[in-house]
Amino acid sequence: MYLSTATKALLACVAMAAPAAAENFKFSYQGDISTLDPHSLNEVFTLGMMNNVYEGLALYDGEMKLQPGLAVGWETTSPTTWRVKLREGVTFHEGGTFDADDVIFSWQRGLTEGSDQKGRAGLIKAIEKLGPYEIKIETHDPYPILMQEMTSFFIMDKEWSEENGATEASSIKDSSNVGYAGQHTNGTGPFRITARQPGVSTTFDRFDGYWNDDIATNVTHAEFVPIQEPATRVSALISGEMDLIFPVPVQDWSRLESAEGIAPLSGPEIRTMYFGMDQSRDELLFSSVKGKNPMKDVRVRAAFAHAINVQAIADKVMRGAATPAGIIIAPQVTGFDETLNTPFVYDPELSKKLLAEAGYPDGFSITLDCPNDRYVNDEKICVAAASMLSKVGIDVDVVAETKSRYFGRLFAQGGYETSFYFLGWTPASVDAHNSFFNILTCRNTETGAGAYNIGGYCNARVAEITDIIASEVDPDKRQALISEALKLSRDDVAYIPLFQQPLSWGVSDRVTVTQRSDDVLDLRSVVVGN
Amino acid sequence: MLKLILNRLAHSVVVMLAVALIAFSMVAFLGDPISNMVGQDTTVAERAALRENLGLNDPLPVQFVRFLSHAVQGDFGLSYSLRVPVSELFAERMPATLELSIISAIFALLIGIPLGIHTAINRDSFTTQAILSSSLVGVSLPTFLIGILLILIFGVMLRWLPTFGRGDVVMIGGWSTGLLTSSGLRSLVLPVATLTIFQLTLIIRLVRAEMMEVLRTDFIKFARARGIRRKALNYRHALKNTMMPVITVVGLQLGNIIAFSLITESVFQWPGMGLLFVQAIGNADIPVMVAYLMIIALIFVLINLIVDLLHFVLDPRLHSSGAN
Repeated sequence: MYLSTATKALLACVAMAAPAAAENFKFSYQGDISTLDPHSLNEVFTLGMMNNVYEGLALYDGEMKLQPGLAVGWETTSPTTWRVKLREGVTFHEGGTFDADDVIFSWQRGLTEGSDQKGRAGLIKAIEKLGPYEIKIETHDPYPILMQEMTSFFIMDKEWSEENGATEASSIKDSSNVGYAGQHTNGTGPFRITARQPGVSTTFDRFDGYWNDDIATNVTHAEFVPIQEPATRVSALISGEMDLIFPVPVQDWSRLESAEGIAPLSGPEIRTMYFGMDQSRDELLFSSVKGKNPMKDVRVRAAFAHAINVQAIADKVMRGAATPAGIIIAPQVTGFDETLNTPFVYDPELSKKLLAEAGYPDGFSITLDCPNDRYVNDEKICVAAASMLSKVGIDVDVVAETKSRYFGRLFAQGGYETSFYFLGWTPASVDAHNSFFNILTCRNTETGAGAYNIGGYCNARVAEITDIIASEVDPDKRQALISEALKLSRDDVAYIPLFQQPLSWGVSDRVTVTQRSDDVLDLRSVVVGN
Repeated sequence: MLKLILNRLAHSVVVMLAVALIAFSMVAFLGDPISNMVGQDTTVAERAALRENLGLNDPLPVQFVRFLSHAVQGDFGLSYSLRVPVSELFAERMPATLELSIISAIFALLIGIPLGIHTAINRDSFTTQAILSSSLVGVSLPTFLIGILLILIFGVMLRWLPTFGRGDVVMIGGWSTGLLTSSGLRSLVLPVATLTIFQLTLIIRLVRAEMMEVLRTDFIKFARARGIRRKALNYRHALKNTMMPVITVVGLQLGNIIAFSLITESVFQWPGMGLLFVQAIGNADIPVMVAYLMIIALIFVLINLIVDLLHFVLDPRLHSSGAN
C-alpha cells in the first residue's frame, strides 16, 4: 500500500498544478446499495447514494436547503397545482435528452407494482405537459412540501427504459425478471456507475456531460466498498486504503484522532432518538402491573421522563457527541421550535413523587425493548436508562435484539408488541409533518396515519393539527400550529425525546467533504488532495 | 465401489432434506424480512401486500415444498437485500471461499505434517516443546481476534499488506481468481494465515499422536530389528500408517473451514459465501440463508464421500469387505 500512497501523493501534487487531473476516491459504508433501480426501495442510504447518479426535480445542498435540480423553478398557482419549469440542455448518461416526457414517465413508473416510491408518486394526481420544458403538477391534496419530497424521487429516461424493458419498477418477488434498471443505470447525475458486484464493490466514474459545472468535486473515479465489520472498516481508513468511512463507532473516535492523516467528522443527525410507551392497551404486555395500564397515566409517563438523565447519557454513553432534545423533531427540520427543545428535567425525587401520586409508591417492573444493531450505541443507551429508572423503583428488564426481529415485533405487522421501546425517527421530507403523520398523530389503519405511533398516543388536537399542516401554506400560521402540537405532546409526555443521534464519519486529511445531516454522502462535495 | 457410492448418495439425499427442513424452520424465528426490504415511509398495507406476494403468509410446509420444487431446478429465488438471483450470488462468491479455504488447508498440511512428525520422533526436545506450546495459541485465540491482530500489525502498523478484500481478480471462465495478480496474492496472505493458524494445532497434535501410536506397534519394532534405516522407517512405513485418520480428520476439517471461514471472511471483508451469509443474517435475507446452509451441507456430504473413497483406495482391508 505504501506504493499506492506514494502514487496518490504524486497525483495530489499534479492536481495542484492542474485542477482537472484524475482523482481517485475510495469510501466505505456498513452496508451496500440495495438496488440500482431508483424506484424499488425508499431507503435513505440507497437513495442518497443513487442521488449521485440519478436526480429529482429538486436537490438538497450541504445545509439541507432546497435547490433547483432538474427543475429550474416552480410556483404554486393554486394550493394543489404547481407550474414547474424544467432544466434545458440536460443529457442522460447514455445520451438521451431530458424533457417533460421523462418526468411524466418516471411519475407513472413510481406507481407501478414493484415501486417502493408509491408514497411520493401517489401525492400527484396528474402531470400535464405544457411544453417540452414546462409541466403542470396537480396533487390530490394541498401539499406545500411537494418539492422536498421530489428530491428523493428520481427521473429516468423514458426512451432508455422502454428500449430495455424497464418501464416498471423492479419487483423483489419475481426471480426470473430482476429488472434491467436494477442492474444498469442511466441518470442525469454527476457520476455514472461503471462496475458493480452486489455486496462487494461499486465503481462510480465522473460523467463529463453533467449539466452543473459549479459542483465542488474533483473526483473522477470513486470506488465504494461496503465493509460490515466496524473494526475492519476503521482499519481500512487508518491504513490509508480508504479515504472516507461511515459510520465510525463512537468508541473509536480517539483512535482516529491519534492516528496520523485522518480525523473523525461529526455533527448532529436529523434523526431524533426517543423512548416510547404503550399508552393504548388496557393492560401492558410486559409488566408486573396486571389488570390496568399504568402508562395511560400521564404522571407515570412524566415520572419516567424525569427519572432519565438525558445529559448523562449524552455525555457518557455518547461521549458528548449527542445534542439533548426536548421534542421529537431536530433543529434542521421545518417546524422546529427552540423554546420547547429543553429535555425533561432530571429529578428523581419528583419522579418518585409522581409515581406515588399515581398509586405506585414502590414502582413496578416493565420490559424495555431495544435493537442492538441499528442505532449508535442502542443497547448501551437502554441499559443506562434502565439503571436510572431502577433508582426510582422502576425495575426495567432490557430485551435487546437484532433489528429484523425487533422491527418485526414492534411495527404494525407484528402487532406493536411492546410496552416500552427505543426508536429513532428521521423525517424524510425534513418537515415536521412527516414526523407528526407517522409517529405523533392517532393511529388510523385506513389512512395509514400514525403507523409508527407504536405506543398508540392519541390527542385529538394534535391529530387535527397534523391534518391541517399537511395543506397549510402560510408559514407563520403553520409554525404556530406545529409549535402548539409539539407543546401538547410534550405536556402529555407522548414520548421521552433523548437527543439527535450523532453522525460519525472518518475522513482522510486529503479529502474535504460536506457532511449532510441526513447522513448522505454527496459526491458532489468531495474534494480530494487539498 | 459403485454400491458404496450409491449407498452414500442415498444417505446424502436424506441429509440434505433434513438440513433444508431445519434451515427453513429456523428461519421462521429470525424476524421480519419486510422491514429491511422497504423504506420507513412504506405504508402498512403495502408491507402486508409484499408479505403476501412473497408467500411469507403461507404455512411453513407449503413454503417448504415450494422452496424445494424451485431448488431442485437450481432456482433459490431472489436475495431480499441485494435483489439479485441467489444462485448468481453464490456462483460469484464461491471461488473466493474455495480459494481461501483450500489454500489455507494446503498450508496447514504442509506445515502441520512435518511439525507433527518432528514432535513425534523427537518427543522431548526443546523444539518439540516450543512447537506444542506455541501451537496452543492457535486453538486458544478465537479466529476473530487473530484476524484483527494480524490486520493491526501487518495492515495498520507496518502497512505491508491490505487489510480487507480480495485485491484485483482475473476471470477465467466463470471463476474469479486472485492468484494471478500481485494485489490478489497480497490480499490472500492475512486471511490464509488466520485460517491456517486455526487448523495447524489440530493437525500437528493429530499427526503426533497417531505417529507415536504407530511407532509403538510391533511391526515397527520388527522392522527396526531387521535393521531398516531410521529415515525409511519413519517416513515410509510409519507415516503411511499414520495418514489414515489424518485424512479423515483433514477432510472433515476442510468442510469446517469452508463453513466457518465466515468469521475470517467477515473480519477481512473477504467477498466469499461466508460473508454473504453473515450479511444475510443481518437483513433476515431468507433465500440467501437457506441456500447457504444447503450448499454447506452439500459440501460436507461430498467431502465425506471423497474421504470414504480415499479410505477405500488407501486401505486394502476395505476392498475385501466392500466385495462382500
